[in-house]
Parts: sequence; C-alpha cells; structure tokens
Amino acid sequence: MAGGMLTIARILRPQRPTRQKLIAYESGVDPVGGEWAQSQIRYYVFAVLFVLFDVEAVFIFPWATRLEVYGLFGLVEMAIFIFILVLGLFYAWRKGVLRWV
Amino acid sequence: MVAQNIAFGIISGIVVFSALRMVTTRNIVHSALFLVAVLAGLSGQYVLLAAEFVATTQVLVYIGAVMVLFLFGIMLTKAPIGKSMEMTGTQWPIAAGVALMLGAVILYSLIDQFGSDRLTEGGKIYRTADVGDEVFSTYIIPFEAISVLLLAALIGAIVLARKD
Repeated sequence: MAGGMLTIARILRPQRPTRQKLIAYESGVDPVGGEWAQSQIRYYVFAVLFVLFDVEAVFIFPWATRLEVYGLFGLVEMAIFIFILVLGLFYAWRKGVLRWV
Repeated sequence: MVAQNIAFGIISGIVVFSALRMVTTRNIVHSALFLVAVLAGLSGQYVLLAAEFVATTQVLVYIGAVMVLFLFGIMLTKAPIGKSMEMTGTQWPIAAGVALMLGAVILYSLIDQFGSDRLTEGGKIYRTADVGDEVFSTYIIPFEAISVLLLAALIGAIVLARKD
C-alpha cells in the first residue's frame, strides 16, 4: 500500500528539478565542502564504546530470562561483569575522550 | 510448515539479491547497507529455525556492532567516497571462482553430514533461558573473563585513538 501511494504520487506530481532544488539541505545554510567528508578518529571511541556495551547486552538477555532462578548469585555475577565494563567507561571519561568537541 | 517454507523462500530471495548487489554496487556505503540486508535476512532465517538467541545475537552483534565498525572504518579511511570509485578489481573472475568453490565445499560437507537428518515435531528447542543456564553454570569463569577482554579492547582502542 505504501509502495502504491508512492507510485501514484510519482505519476501525479510535477517534476521540475533545478540546481537550487538539488543541493543538499544543511539546516538552511549553503553546504560547505563535499558530501563525503572524512570523519575524525576521535569519534571512533564512541563506536568502540557502543560495541562494548552492545556485546554486554547480548549476555544480559539470557541472564534476564532466568533472573528469579539465579537470585543473589546471578545478581552478584552480573554486577561484577558490568562493573568491569564500567571501568572502561570510567577510563574513557577520565582520559577526556568522551567530550564531544 | 507451509507458511515457514514460503517465508524461507521469500527471505532467501531477498538475501541472495542483496548479496549480489553488495558485490556489484559502485558505492561502498550502499555495499555496507546491502550487507545489513543480508545479515537481517539471515536473522529472519534463525527465527524460522526457532533459534531466538542466535537471531538476537545476529541483530545486536552483526547488524549493530560489526556494521558500526565497518561504517566507521569506511568514514575514517576513505575520504572521497562516491559513485566514481572503481570498486571491482581486475581479479574479480578469480575471486568469483574461489567463492564458488568455497560454496561448493560447504554445501557438500553440509549435505554429507546433515542431509538425511529430519526435524521432529516437538523436539528440543534451545531457548535463551537454556543459554543462560549454561553461561551461569558451566561457563561462569569464561563469562567473567569476557568482561576483562572487552575492557582490554576498549582501553587499547582509546590508547590508539588518542593523539598524545
């Protein structure tokens, strides 16, 4: 249905592309430089942090399904696991790589 | 069973189409996005096989983590990414031949090993809770060791990324 609507709209609408219409929208100001800019290595740390806690989430899922069965033992084990990973976040914060410059 | 077979066919078609487009497209970012489609389709196949934990892990680790690293790798290394880039090397027929041979070997070993096996109705399905039981009994020490491994990986990445 969505595809049908888009097709009908494509047939019905007028198409008069000009140079002004085709430039990339950058919050109302004229775009500077090319569309594909090289990003800075600094942002790589955020990607690595995401991957770290992504993998952590994979291990939290099986733990969460059996939460009542494991009880205190599971809680302590998961607390140790998350604590060691949060040490990494703490390290990143102390090194100042978390600042979005 | 019929609905599963139809779903399997549709998802397989999407996966094969995306895989072919992934190696033929000119834009490297489109290539990465077609890889996402391939991985998402595989995740759907795992759901059809009642392997919920594998499907979740596929989405979280492959589509989430690995693709983020891929895209960051592209953005960090290749400054002018565009359609003009020649992505297909001159040795592509050799690579295609190697890929075909590898596929044939995997197919042969799979059919040879599991070709006569039949899935039984009401058989044992390995659920996420069973994975949890294994992790929190037999593999408790490796589980805690993983956190140290991940911590080492993060600190290594930060040390590499810092300018000083």
